[in-house]
Amino acid sequence: MGYILDESSMQKVLDALKKDYIIYAPKRKEGEGMYSDTDCIRYEVVDKVAEIEFFEKSNYSFKEVLLPISQTLYYFTEDEVKEAEPERKKGAVIFLRSCDLHGVKRLDQMYLQNGFVDYYYKRLREAVKFVVIGCGKSYDNCFCVSMGTNVPEDFDLALYPGEGGYHLESRWDEITSIVGQLEEKEIRIPFVEENDVKVKIPNNLSIDIIKSSMWEEYNSRCINCGRCNFVCPTCTCFSMQDIFYTDNGKAGERRRVHASCMVDGYTEVAGGGSYRRKNGERMRFKVLHKVYDYKKRNGYHMCVGCGRCDDVCPEYISFSNCINKLEDAMKEVSNNG
Amino acid sequence: MVRNEYTPFLSEILQVKKHTDIEYTFRMAFSGEVKPGQFFEVSIPKFGEAPISVSGIGEGYAELTIRKVGKVTNEIFERYVGDKLFLRGPYGNGFKVEDYKGKELVIIAGGTGVSPVRGVIEYFNEHIDELKSLHVVAGFKTPGQILFLEDFAKWKQNMKIILTVDCAEDDTACHVGLVTEYIPKLELQDKTNAAAIVVGPPAMMRYSINGLLKEGFQEENVWISHERKMCCGIGKCGHCKIDDTYVCLDGPVFLYTKGKNLID
Repeated sequence: MGYILDESSMQKVLDALKKDYIIYAPKRKEGEGMYSDTDCIRYEVVDKVAEIEFFEKSNYSFKEVLLPISQTLYYFTEDEVKEAEPERKKGAVIFLRSCDLHGVKRLDQMYLQNGFVDYYYKRLREAVKFVVIGCGKSYDNCFCVSMGTNVPEDFDLALYPGEGGYHLESRWDEITSIVGQLEEKEIRIPFVEENDVKVKIPNNLSIDIIKSSMWEEYNSRCINCGRCNFVCPTCTCFSMQDIFYTDNGKAGERRRVHASCMVDGYTEVAGGGSYRRKNGERMRFKVLHKVYDYKKRNGYHMCVGCGRCDDVCPEYISFSNCINKLEDAMKEVSNNG
Repeated sequence: MVRNEYTPFLSEILQVKKHTDIEYTFRMAFSGEVKPGQFFEVSIPKFGEAPISVSGIGEGYAELTIRKVGKVTNEIFERYVGDKLFLRGPYGNGFKVEDYKGKELVIIAGGTGVSPVRGVIEYFNEHIDELKSLHVVAGFKTPGQILFLEDFAKWKQNMKIILTVDCAEDDTACHVGLVTEYIPKLELQDKTNAAAIVVGPPAMMRYSINGLLKEGFQEENVWISHERKMCCGIGKCGHCKIDDTYVCLDGPVFLYTKGKNLID
């Protein structure tokens, strides 16, 4: 069902949602970008429709709402452990783009299906509704069409600020009952049909690609800062961290914090042993996870083609370029054969 | 609501056995199913958590042989009988003794690699008639670093034991040399059908398996166990992933046919 809402009606929808949900959406943070005089767009709680950034890609993804950067799992006091309270008591409504909604499916796969169910993820994941924001154009470095993530699958609302107001498609009864008095309109939420950047993952891609010389380039180019992992909507790794309070050394908490397979220490075992010391090897590990081994395990690729890793890399390393080198690299390793 | 796997439980240290200055076996109170080769996440608040493999199993307890090499393990060594540690698990697949029944079995272990297989050896020491024969080749750096010396003395009655050290400090009862030297000397009836378990440092595993295959062992009859960093033990944190395999969920015990393709 489609509707066109003016700003005040759209605000009414948001206000109605705010009773039971916390609204998370991309918000422009002026002057907080990675270079001087640039803005940063990241997820925050919003009150007003006008606060939502509809026309640019967010630098960081929605994932921080479901997987906090630092999440307290439990508190220690002497010999006792007390589970931490959930980060929010209400449900959440998340405004996000099609690629990111496909990212949710990847987070669910990791945290709800890969082995055990993750208690803390499940707790935050319940009572979450998704509002997909239409994409009027393809942004820099996006390659969602190649990854098949340009069109959203399951969403509750689809929204696009188009001609005459906010175009809204509702699959959510509660909202339909709010906007139901309005006249139903023929609307079409736009999604990207073509990107400038295209990637091709070779069909014959195999683990032999490890032997290719293509990874060596990244030994010198990559500075293992891990930003690509932190902006990625599908990177799910974390490390444990114990915090103790300075005024009571016997009490503290255990947290999990986002981790990066590009950063030192990721594979380090007690005694100093570690794997993948070279940045090229780490790049290879990451790339293959996104476009090869995740699919082997789960049936579809992990990368959703949002291009944020390319946007953020301080060394201008392009993930999509790297994918497009795989075909020649496969030729190289099969010739060596 | 689902179970919160991350919440540890307190377990009392029932006994501490000192092997070397930096390797002790802690007998921890535990009642529940546990298999050799599985591991517990052991933690001490403030110092963190570490995966430690089960080195012994008995009524009401599980044993953890711990080497003092890191932040968590240094702190564990400050604890003694009556103190408590936080545990969660057991996790991982572990060894299935059924896989070896009716066969000639060779176990090759290096250093603390003996821990995960100790439960297998103990089981067959009690049920030696379930195997055609059992050989254990265990390698350590020096005689002073040999773990489970009393066990080896006990096991000797029921199986062939070869204890070897890289270098001997003085006159010693054990052999000197790498475990690989003893592989061609194994007296087995039918190497193509014999089973082998190999656990130890990566290089030792690689050379031992090469040696076994050269002797006619089949890849599908060789089992290995991997050690990796793990922050969760339950397939979430990602640190132990190799290719599409999660060592914590799909391992740490692998058939060599699978394990050989795991390249970090």
